[in-house]
Amino acid sequence: MAKYIMKRFFMMLVTIFIIATLTFFLMHAVPGSPLESDRNTNETVQANLERFYKLDQPMHIQYFSYMKSVATFDFGPSIKDPNRTVNELLARGFPVSFELGIITIIVAVISGILLGTFAALRHNKMIDYAAMTFAVIGISIPNFVLATVLIQQLAVNVNLFPPATWKSPMHMVLPVFALATGPMAIIARLTRSSMLEVLTQDYIKMARAKGINPMRIVLRHALRNALMPVVTIMGTLLAGILTGTFVIEKIFAIPGMGKYFVDSINNRDYPVIMGTTVFYSAFLIFMLFLVDIVYGILDPRIKLHKKEGDV
Amino acid sequence: MTGKQLAEELARTRLEDGADIDPVDHFGKRGKIVKNNKHKTVTDERILSVEDLHVTFSTYGGTVQAVRGVNFELYKGETLAIVGESGCGKSVTSNAIMGLIQQPPGKISSKGVHFKKQDLTKLSKKEMRKIQGVDISMIFQDPMTALNPTLTIGEQLTEGVKQHKNLSKSEAKQRAIDMLHLVGIPNPDERLKQYPHQFSGGMRQRIVIAIALICEPELLIADEPTTALDVTIQAQILELFDEIQAKTGVSIILITHDLGVVAKIADRIAVMYAGKVIETGDKREIFYTPQHPYTQGLLNSVPRLDLAGGELKPIDGTPPDLFAPPAGCPFAARCPFAMDVCTNVYPEKTALSKTHNVDCWLQDPRAQKLIEERAFAR
Repeated sequence: MAKYIMKRFFMMLVTIFIIATLTFFLMHAVPGSPLESDRNTNETVQANLERFYKLDQPMHIQYFSYMKSVATFDFGPSIKDPNRTVNELLARGFPVSFELGIITIIVAVISGILLGTFAALRHNKMIDYAAMTFAVIGISIPNFVLATVLIQQLAVNVNLFPPATWKSPMHMVLPVFALATGPMAIIARLTRSSMLEVLTQDYIKMARAKGINPMRIVLRHALRNALMPVVTIMGTLLAGILTGTFVIEKIFAIPGMGKYFVDSINNRDYPVIMGTTVFYSAFLIFMLFLVDIVYGILDPRIKLHKKEGDV
Repeated sequence: MTGKQLAEELARTRLEDGADIDPVDHFGKRGKIVKNNKHKTVTDERILSVEDLHVTFSTYGGTVQAVRGVNFELYKGETLAIVGESGCGKSVTSNAIMGLIQQPPGKISSKGVHFKKQDLTKLSKKEMRKIQGVDISMIFQDPMTALNPTLTIGEQLTEGVKQHKNLSKSEAKQRAIDMLHLVGIPNPDERLKQYPHQFSGGMRQRIVIAIALICEPELLIADEPTTALDVTIQAQILELFDEIQAKTGVSIILITHDLGVVAKIADRIAVMYAGKVIETGDKREIFYTPQHPYTQGLLNSVPRLDLAGGELKPIDGTPPDLFAPPAGCPFAARCPFAMDVCTNVYPEKTALSKTHNVDCWLQDPRAQKLIEERAFAR
């Protein structure tokens, strides 16, 4: 196991290196610079500023100093807001984004699995049709549309929930709902179809022939096998939720990382772009690694590592 | 008798037979096959009686009449083989007895499926669960798919006894170990922690048998238990059935299309065709004096080593469409001796002996002329 984790860790480093490099060149391929603004600044001032931020140096020198900052995880101060370092921005924004993301994942996974399982157990009955209609709607509506509709209906028209910001559990309801609906619908549909398939398997029939409790058959025999495809797409869903947080944070004025990320790109704020991109990708890669571990736990046939003497 | 005692006694019998030294040293594979020396006793205590069982399935294409009035009985300690080609309703019959038909789309009607004193068709699902796996157990065709890949063998073995017999964890485990001994799996203690994919096909079928036997059922329904196995493993598994029956006195319904298997372990045979039992008899009656043309055709299409130069004679044609089964004898369209009456009216049961029954118009006295012609033609 330790060997496997070491191997994966090395692979993560390589991936992050590639992402950082790509980000750097993409960043510089985009026209504009962090020092440009509408006001006409003095040319000397401009040149001094460029020298200060080392933007006047050749590309490869900039690349190396940039990679050094990635390696040491010290991105220096933001160009637009020189009073704050990038690390401070991350430290402030990440906990909020993390909270939003994790709650969304938990809500999406649990409700998706429940919905899919009930639909499968009541195949072609009312519950099934209702759940699947709900799922199709959930997949079809983009989260930003859902978010604005929710704000209009449940915060403005009916005043059930606060319309924005991130302070109490009540504040969390709308953004989490808006963000979780899509992934939940995908998980529900997938759970349903794979559950229906598993329920026709011989080993389920055999469990029935053994006179095992129906509850136990579903929970112990069927669900574990039916969840394999769900775990497989968790990686993609995680990436989706992560990018979804950018939009949702913006709409609900949630002070998370997404705001800094989007703003930094608009402003060509190079250190902040670097910092947020590397951080996001490292986080996503780590989550994918966790998904792989869960995969191995759910299905004993999948071996993450080769033991001595295994065939 | 506990499983452990059984296992010991089995091992001793094997020694006496000189066929096996110790199952543990052989990794569950017994080289030489012991002769069929059962000391079993078939009693006249009726354990199961199926009367006029009908099973239909509603589909988009119409209603399939999978089983159309099946009657048979089973006595304690007996092995009844149900034979017939694919799609003749063998498995549906066994699933119906076992309560495994989903309703809907399935629909079961009968004059009664009595297991001892109880009518299984009248039980609720909850009451049925107290019989499933406890009094009646089932062995499935394909051991590669019958075991849950994500649960350990130990859990799959013990969950039944734990639920039905309220055994503690350690008692259930001990019982599972005894059962694995009984079916000839070495190192049961360690094997319990393993998953199905760590076993070979033959081993898995032994485990499936162990699971079926763990609650000491009185009736074992084996649905093509050897079809998915290698021929050498098949022989071992059949041997195991014989041994287990000799020791426990369990009654067995063996569903198969393999007449070799039937010849080896059955006492009585029921031949099914197009959802009906067309001929029943004890093993000798069916193999030596088959009366129904279909049974004869079935036997003729089995390769035999003792008849040199013989050609295999397949039965021409295909079984009838069970969406719209024929009014008369379902075999009439393929029968070389078919008469007008055969296509229109289903023949009544003719009893040829205490055990031998056949549904065929050739048994009618008026068909005697045709039988003479047939004999002449041969």
